Amino acid sequence: MILDKRYVPYLLLAPFLIHFLIFVIYPLIFSLILTLHKWNISMPMQWIGLKNFKRLFSDYYFWISIKNTLYFLIIHIPFQLIIALGLALILNQKIRFRGFARALFFMPVVVSGVVISILWKELYNYESGVLNRILVMMDFQRIPFLINTKWAMPSIAIMATWKNVGFYLVLFLVGLQNIPDSLYEAAEIDGASNWQKFWHITIPQLNPTILLVVILSSINGFSLFIEPYIMTGGGPLNSTLSAMLYIYKQAFFFNRLGYAATLAFSFAIILFFIVTVQKKIIEKEN
Amino acid sequence: MKKFILYSVIFISSIFFAYPFIWMFFATIKPEAELTNIALIPSHLSLDSYKIVFSKIPIMRAFLNSLFVSGVVTFSVNVIGAIAGYVLSRMDFKGRKLILALMLFSMMLPFHILLIPLYVFIVKIRLTDTYLALILPGMSSIFAILMYKQFFTSIPQSLIDAARIDGCSHLRIIFGILIPISKPVVITVSIITFMGIWNDVLWPLIVIREKTLMTMPQMVTLFATGGAAQSIGPKLAAAFLLALPVIVVYAFFQKYFISSIAHTGMKE
Repeated sequence: MILDKRYVPYLLLAPFLIHFLIFVIYPLIFSLILTLHKWNISMPMQWIGLKNFKRLFSDYYFWISIKNTLYFLIIHIPFQLIIALGLALILNQKIRFRGFARALFFMPVVVSGVVISILWKELYNYESGVLNRILVMMDFQRIPFLINTKWAMPSIAIMATWKNVGFYLVLFLVGLQNIPDSLYEAAEIDGASNWQKFWHITIPQLNPTILLVVILSSINGFSLFIEPYIMTGGGPLNSTLSAMLYIYKQAFFFNRLGYAATLAFSFAIILFFIVTVQKKIIEKEN
Repeated sequence: MKKFILYSVIFISSIFFAYPFIWMFFATIKPEAELTNIALIPSHLSLDSYKIVFSKIPIMRAFLNSLFVSGVVTFSVNVIGAIAGYVLSRMDFKGRKLILALMLFSMMLPFHILLIPLYVFIVKIRLTDTYLALILPGMSSIFAILMYKQFFTSIPQSLIDAARIDGCSHLRIIFGILIPISKPVVITVSIITFMGIWNDVLWPLIVIREKTLMTMPQMVTLFATGGAAQSIGPKLAAAFLLALPVIVVYAFFQKYFISSIAHTGMKE
């Protein structure tokens, strides 16, 4: 059999292309169609134009889930940056145990979010949780970590920081190792203090890494799902209803597939907008 | 003095990261009554929590399901990724630029958008409650293709030309010559893919209802959130069983894990 040479690349690419068309391009187009329909999967689709988008504006839970996600990000991102950078600066020194410490800090990254959520749900428990027992021992008041509307989202944000910090720490370590030594040497000749070197060399040189950490954390915030699903079910009083959890509930509890697709689409646009703003701000600082 | 502060910070943060895991382990072997004590070591060993887990849910089956699904997906992602990476790095053809542009565009899409239409698709082709529902969507990954493409670009063309003259087919070149010298890529792609599928819980929750087909994280999630666990001990025991395989593998290949996962971060 003689095969025309021109077809060889397409033939070799076929498995990828077929998969790509079926599992990326087609769902993408279909999701746009879904946003214009009302549909519960068993009945025929019903065209409703832009009604799904109109509905967003009066949907209390949609706005709550945005508010919750932003609340999560406002706590999560600064914590993440400060702790990851701080630990990276320490592990960047020539000290013993740093390989071990790095491996340990990284462990929650590889362990399933399911494990972390079940574990921290017990650590956070109001009556019996280890954290509250320590607080009581030190004569402090118990904190209603997961059962109070003010505390629930911050508690999840702190747990998420604990889970992910090892990952961002490694990104910062790579960033730190890419800063040329000559910059520090030149500054030393000029008599710069450690503090000045940190603010005028380290931070500006780490700018791309900081941007990366901020963007990845934001994506994380919008994908937050299993943590509230296991720890709070979105409560108390919807205070931990995340974007992804709300999509899930609309689609699989209420069978509103058109509206769920509209939500997904809208969250994606909001995420895109937030990332663009973050890019503008952080790149301008440089 | 400076050293002392550095070591103190490392020591305290190490406790902060290790303690929850250690506490979890000991909590699973404590008798029910001592579960919430701060003291780690139980007065006597009790395996009741594990007994409850094994009697209530088919967790071994779930473990094997997860292993099977993650294994098949990882294999497929590597094979499709290597072939597509080879074509995109070594061949020129009509539509190459368009394909690359579409790939990069699709990498920017958040996963949320595809979730609902993918679910609908799986329902319509009647694949809910099958292994295929878990395997098919993950079988090819843009990230893997780009990793292979980048690595293959750095291999000298003369090596491939020589093999062509010897009459090697493209597939022979990819899997006989290129893959053996691409170990770092194979390791990175495999770790990322396997971990991603192994730890994923949202997708299985959506497409699998049948107990015998559930993946391990899914089964543990439903066990912990449903009423079957009754108390904290069995929940933590189930969670610990879910963490154990990953921690064991991680303990041996820790360096590969860290460099691979850091690498993906840089890519995005």
